[in-house]
Amino acid sequence: MSPAELPGLTITGLRECLRTRDVSPREVIEALRTRIEDVDPTIGAYLSIDFDAALKEAEKVDVDLPLGGVPIAIKDLINVRGQLCTCGSKILANYRAPYDATVVQKLRSAGAIPLGKTNMDEFAMGSSTENSAFKLTRNPWDISRVPGGSSGGSAAAVAADLAFGSLGTDTGGSVREPAAMCGVVGLKPTYGRVSRFGVTAFASSLDQVGPFAKTVRDCALLASAIAGVDPQDSTTLPADVPDYSRNLDVDLTRVRIGVPKEYLIGEALDEHVRTAINAAVEKLQSLGVEIVMLSLPHTEYAIATYYIIATAEASANLARFDGVRYGQRAENAHDIFEHYTRTRGEGLGAEVKRRVILGTYVLSSGYYDAYYARAQKVRELIRGDFANAFEKVDAIVSPTTPDIAFKFGERSADPLKMYLADIFTNAANLTGICGISVPCGFAQVEDRQLPIGLQLLGKALDEQRILQIAHAYEQATDWHKIAAPLSARR
Amino acid sequence: MNFVASIGLEVHVQLKTRSKMFCGCAVEFGAGPNEHTCPVCLGLPGALPVMNHEALRLTLLTGLMLDCEIAPLSKFDRKNYFYPDMPKNYQISQYDLPLCANGRVPLHERAYPSDARGKIDKSVPLARIHLEEDVAKSFHFETTTGIDFNRAGTPLMEIVTQPEIHSPDEAFAFLASLKQILIQGGVSDADMEKGQLRCDCNVSVRPKSRAELGAKIEIKNMNSISGVRRALAFELDRQVHLLERGEKLEQETRGWSDERGETFLMRTKESAHDYRYFPDPDLVPVKTDSLVAEVRSRVPELPAAKRARFVEQYQITDYDAAVLANDVDLARYFESAAQGATKPKQIANWILNDLQSALSAANKTINDCAIPPEALRELVGLIDSGRISGKQAKDVFADMFASGKSAGEVVRTKGIEQLSDTAALEKMCDEVITANPKPAADFKAGNAASLNFLTGQVMKLSKGKANPQLVGEILQRKLK
Repeated sequence: MSPAELPGLTITGLRECLRTRDVSPREVIEALRTRIEDVDPTIGAYLSIDFDAALKEAEKVDVDLPLGGVPIAIKDLINVRGQLCTCGSKILANYRAPYDATVVQKLRSAGAIPLGKTNMDEFAMGSSTENSAFKLTRNPWDISRVPGGSSGGSAAAVAADLAFGSLGTDTGGSVREPAAMCGVVGLKPTYGRVSRFGVTAFASSLDQVGPFAKTVRDCALLASAIAGVDPQDSTTLPADVPDYSRNLDVDLTRVRIGVPKEYLIGEALDEHVRTAINAAVEKLQSLGVEIVMLSLPHTEYAIATYYIIATAEASANLARFDGVRYGQRAENAHDIFEHYTRTRGEGLGAEVKRRVILGTYVLSSGYYDAYYARAQKVRELIRGDFANAFEKVDAIVSPTTPDIAFKFGERSADPLKMYLADIFTNAANLTGICGISVPCGFAQVEDRQLPIGLQLLGKALDEQRILQIAHAYEQATDWHKIAAPLSARR
Repeated sequence: MNFVASIGLEVHVQLKTRSKMFCGCAVEFGAGPNEHTCPVCLGLPGALPVMNHEALRLTLLTGLMLDCEIAPLSKFDRKNYFYPDMPKNYQISQYDLPLCANGRVPLHERAYPSDARGKIDKSVPLARIHLEEDVAKSFHFETTTGIDFNRAGTPLMEIVTQPEIHSPDEAFAFLASLKQILIQGGVSDADMEKGQLRCDCNVSVRPKSRAELGAKIEIKNMNSISGVRRALAFELDRQVHLLERGEKLEQETRGWSDERGETFLMRTKESAHDYRYFPDPDLVPVKTDSLVAEVRSRVPELPAAKRARFVEQYQITDYDAAVLANDVDLARYFESAAQGATKPKQIANWILNDLQSALSAANKTINDCAIPPEALRELVGLIDSGRISGKQAKDVFADMFASGKSAGEVVRTKGIEQLSDTAALEKMCDEVITANPKPAADFKAGNAASLNFLTGQVMKLSKGKANPQLVGEILQRKLK
C-alpha cells in the first residue's frame, strides 16, 4: 500500500492494514498529513490540525483496539483537550478546550486518534457551512458548491479522503444533510444514545453527535465507539451498546418500510432527487422489503416547531459567550452593558444573532404561550405521528434533502429557503428518533455528478435496524464505490 | 395606625452539602479565589449540569419540617439574564413546579426581639420552597473587577412566605424561628452574617379600609436579622409617610444601607427583567417519592414538640421548656445534664440563669462552655444533698466556669464543704449553749429570734462550715 493510496481506505480497510502491521499508526498520520497539505487548501475542511499531538499519540496507541490507530476528524464544537474549539465563531477564535468531550474520550479509549477540527456553520447554525466565521468549505464533487451543513467540514473531509471518518453534530439535520450532499454515510443517533458532555450546545433537547464515514460498516464502528450512557450527561439513555458492525448482514425479507406520502409531494422536491428516491425504494423492494404508504399528518409543522424550540434553547445556550471568563471581548468598554453589546455584536455572526433574537422573542413574557408552549404541544403531536407509524413499520424512508448541493451564495440572502433544507430531517430531532443518510445516486448537473442521499429513520434506540437496511442497500448498489473527483480514489 | 403592613420574605439558604449543585466541586468557604471551579460551574462550552441529590434531600427535608406539600414530580428551569457573576448568563432554578409548596413556620415567643413581645402561637404561611444554584462573587478593585467563582453553582434553597407577616418584629421572629429549624435539621448553618442565610423583603402598606395589597416594594442587602427588622421599620415609616401626604407608591426595588439606617432606590418596575423561564433541557424532571422516603428518618424533633416533651418529662415550666427547646445546643446540654438527675428543674434554673449570664458575660456559646453537663449535674447534686449551701454553690460555679474543674474538685480544694457531721455539731452546740446561758433561756421562754444568735455562734465556731439548717435543728432539740 503506497502512502498516496492509504487515505483512500475505509476504516475497515485501514484497521486490517494496522492490525497486520502492514502500516504503522505514524505512517497513517504522515500519509494523511501529506494528503491534507496537498488537497485541503482547495477543500477547506479543517480549521486547525495538531499533527504533532497526533503523532505523539500514534507512538503509544494499541492497534488491536477496535479503532486502534485510526485518525478521526472532529467538528470544531466538540472539545478536544488542548486543541482550539472555535465553534466556527469569531467570539471563540482563540479558545482552547481544557478538557475532552465524552465522545472524544470514548474514541481515545477505542484507540482512535482525534486529528483536526473541522469547519462548520457558526455554532452549528446553518445548512451550508457558509456561516463559518473563518472560511468556506467546498464540496469535493464540485468546488463551486457548498458541502451542506452545519457539519460541512466533517462531511467534506471524509468525501475528499482527508479523513477516514469524522464526528459531526445533528440538531436538525446537520450530519445527514451534508452527508447526502457530499455522498458519504452520516448517522444521527437516538437522542440520549450519545453523550453531549463536552459538545458546545446549540439546542440541548435536539443536539446529538453523529459519525460520518465512507461506508455503513465504518459508520457502525464509529457509532458503537461513541455511544453509551454518561454520568456527566443526565439525558443519556442507560441502554446497552451493541457492536453494530457485527450484526449488519441480515435478510430484509420480513422488513416493512414506510413511505410518508407528505414527503414525496410538493414542488420543493428536486426532480433528480425524486427520481433517485423512487429508484431506491424499488431497489429496497427487490431486496424483499415490504413498502407501506403512510401518513405523518403533522410534519408540515415540523420546520416551524423546530425553529421555535431550537432558537429558544440557543438563546440561553449562547448567552455564556459574553467575553467575561473566556473568548474574545470588546476592548475599552465603559460599562458592563457596553461590554456585552459590543463583545457579542462584534463576536457573533448574522445568522447566530438572528436566531438568538428569534429565540429571545419566542420566550418573552406575553409570547411564551403563543410560541414556545405551543411548539412543545405540536412537538408531542409529531412524536405521536411517528409512534403511530412505527407500530406499522420498522423504518421510514425519505430523501435526506429536498435538493442537491447548491452554489455558494445562492441561498444566503433568503434564510427561510435555507431553513427548508432541514424539511425531511428535523422531525427526527424533534422526536428523538434515529436516522441515517446513505448515498443513493447522482444528479447530472453541468457535467458534474452531484450526490443524492437516502434517509432511513428508525425508532428510538433502533440504530441497529437502520444500519442493517442501509448496509443491505449499500451492498446492493454501487453508489459508495463512486468517489468524488477530489478524493484519493480517482 | 390606620395602615396595615403586609410583608413577604424570600429567604435564600445555603445548604450544607459537600459538593456543588450541578458538579463535583467542593463547597468550602475561605479557599483561594477560583480554587473550587470546573468546566460546569465556570459555564465553559460543552459543560452539562448533573443533579446533586443531597441538595434535593435537604430541600425535601426542609419541606417535611415545615409541613409543606411535596411535589411528586418537580423540574428545573432556566432563568435568563445577563450578569457577570453568573457563568452561563442563566441561572438553573425552579419556576412552576417547585419541590415544596405551602407549609408554615411557627413563631415562638422567645424568637421575638428581646425588647418586643409578639403574638404567641402565630405561624407564617409559606408559598413555596425551591432549589437553585448560587452565583459567583465580584470584587471591585481600583480599576478592575475580579470574580471568584467558588460560590458559583453552590446549592441555594429559596423559601418564599405569603405576604402575611405584619410587623418588623414578626419578620424578626420568623427568621429566628426558621433559623433554629434549619440548624436543627442539619440543613444549613444559617448564619446571616456569613451569607448562609440571605433575605429579600417585599413590603406593602395599605389603608385599613382597603382589602387589596398596596404597591409591592422589594428591599435587598440586609445582612443580619436585626438589619431586616430595622430596614422594615424604616421602610414602613417611609411608605406610610408618603401615603399620608397623598403620594402614590409604585413597584420598585430598594437597597438597605446599614450604616445610614435607610433604604434607597435601586430600580423601578420599568427596568424589571423578563427572565424568560423555560424548562432546562439538560436536566430530567425529578421524581421525589424515593428521596422523600430516604429523608423521612432525618426529620428531627422540632422546637414545639420538644418543648411539650420537656414539660412532661422534666416537670419544668412551659416558659423554661420553650427557651431550652428553641436552641438546639442548649436543649442538648440540658438533656445531658438532666439525665439521671433528681431535680431537673434545678438544672434548668442553673442553665437559664447563672450559666446563660456567665456565657454572655464571657462572650461564649454553650458549645464552648467549660462546664460539661455532668459537672453541672454534680453541682446541683451537692446542693441537694446539703454538702454545700446555695450561697457556696455560686462560688463553686464561678470557679468551675473559669477553671473547668469538677464541682467536687473545687469543693475539696477550697475546703468549703459543709460540716454535717452530727456528733461534731452536737458538741459545738453544747459549747455555745453553755457559753450563752441568757439567749438559751430566752429561746426556751419563747423568744424565737434568739435561735438566730445561737446558730450564728455555732457557725462562727465552725468557721462557717457548719450546715446551718442542721445546726438550727440540733439547737431546737436541745433547748426544748
